[in-house]
Amino acid sequence: MNIPVYLDNNATTPMDPRVLEAMVPYFVQKFGNAASRNHAFGWVAEEAVDYAREQAAKIIGANEKEIIFTSGATESDNLAIKGVFEMYKEKGNHIITTVTEHKAVLDTCKHIEKLGARVTYLPVKEDGLVDLAVLEAAMTPETILVSIMYGNNEIGVIQPVKEIAAIAHKYGALFMTDATQAVGKIPVDVIADGIDLLAFSAHKMYGPKGVGVLYVRRKNPRVKVTAQMDGGGHERGMRSGTLNVPGIVGLGKACELARLEMADDAARLSKLRDKLESALTVLEESYVNGNVEHRLPHVANISFKYVEGEGLMMAMKDLAVSSGSACTSASLEPSYVLKSLGLSDDLAHSSIRFGLGRFTTEEEIDYAIEVTLKSVTHLRELSPLWEMFKEGIDLDSIEWAEH
Amino acid sequence: MAYSDKVIDHYTNPRNVGTLDKSSNKVGTGLVGAPECGDVMRLQIEVDDNNVITDAKFKTFGCGSAIASSSLATEWLKGKSIEDAMTIDNMDIVEELALPPVKIHCSVLAEDAIKAAINDYRVKNGMAPIESEKTHH
Repeated sequence: MNIPVYLDNNATTPMDPRVLEAMVPYFVQKFGNAASRNHAFGWVAEEAVDYAREQAAKIIGANEKEIIFTSGATESDNLAIKGVFEMYKEKGNHIITTVTEHKAVLDTCKHIEKLGARVTYLPVKEDGLVDLAVLEAAMTPETILVSIMYGNNEIGVIQPVKEIAAIAHKYGALFMTDATQAVGKIPVDVIADGIDLLAFSAHKMYGPKGVGVLYVRRKNPRVKVTAQMDGGGHERGMRSGTLNVPGIVGLGKACELARLEMADDAARLSKLRDKLESALTVLEESYVNGNVEHRLPHVANISFKYVEGEGLMMAMKDLAVSSGSACTSASLEPSYVLKSLGLSDDLAHSSIRFGLGRFTTEEEIDYAIEVTLKSVTHLRELSPLWEMFKEGIDLDSIEWAEH
Repeated sequence: MAYSDKVIDHYTNPRNVGTLDKSSNKVGTGLVGAPECGDVMRLQIEVDDNNVITDAKFKTFGCGSAIASSSLATEWLKGKSIEDAMTIDNMDIVEELALPPVKIHCSVLAEDAIKAAINDYRVKNGMAPIESEKTHH
């Protein structure tokens, strides 16, 4: 077992060695530009890109002509939202998203608000899921796009994408989803789910950093986005720039592996995750955040009340995890995702996200359980809040001096 | 963000963790911060008849720097007179623990906790609380 143990696979995943192996020839030996149509160097690169495009399409049930390669999910989100707004703003200027989206979506929406878009940020229910009735009530004739993530990066909840898509289409809007946490982890099918635009990146699924995909539907309806990068007209004119051939080859290989191994990975990881979760929730005053039925197989987000998340991470320095505490940020505001579930600030400050991955072993989970139990117990001995709780003092009755 | 060796030392081996009898007239208790902000410090001092702090204890809910700041504060308080204790400045803690700018609020909280504990002791013993000349908030 390697120390520290990596349990932050929602931030990024290690690259699968088989992916690296597939990429290596495309740096030095097969270095051609995929757009060079007149010689063998270009053909070799183009062939590799075509194969990768096919693999990327297959994992989401798309046609390879619907795959636009980008630099990652952030760029894909930007291209989808800004591109749809520019393309369809004559039809309407209203866009709907949720408060628990990734910043790549939220900040892009903020940007287009300055350009005349009207954006509705839907709240979520206590379990992190969108209320379909609330979504439907927000739809207007001006709504051109509904952008709601597939799986949440902090709590792992899976939105009812198919139902959301149906509502969007009923009112003539397009449906876009940031599926960065979902693709490669759970089955995603753009036809069955009714998805018009979908973003994902390679580095969350054991591929390289710096490469991602935007799926843009070509039929029923044919969706168009205005390019945000001008140049040589690559990727059907929607994303100019010489293709990152080694990165794309890696993304393709990662998609191929995930498609073949997803079911086994998911079954194994959800078992390990459940083991971790049931061992840790034995602790008094510990709470699992988010819906536990509709969620990704590899994420557990747990609040350990009366212990501060960053302090806890320091005690668990041999575990690489992340916290909803934002003690390091200037604002001292804890996670906006956890807060939008209605969690109090102190519970949000007390949360830890465990993200398992393809290379996580049972031995590592056993170690994580041991370290976490020990650290929470230790920090509670240091915590005045824990002592007060144990004495039966109602913490809400105290007048805290907010600083 | 990397922590300094001194923060890690105080965090790993916190000094003077515990609870003094807050109903005793010899004990002053300072409880500062708020759970919503992710930091709560409780610092207690025990004072003898010569106005000297003979014991100090803390418990802290917070990040590593907050725990280290309060642990260091208890170390500094022991053996000091009340007057000397009042002169402990948050920047002394910042310097000693090499706290980065985003963690300065932890040292401020520790200074507030010291002053709150001293004032609690003073009020209990019929003295007026000392107004702090600087405000951090």
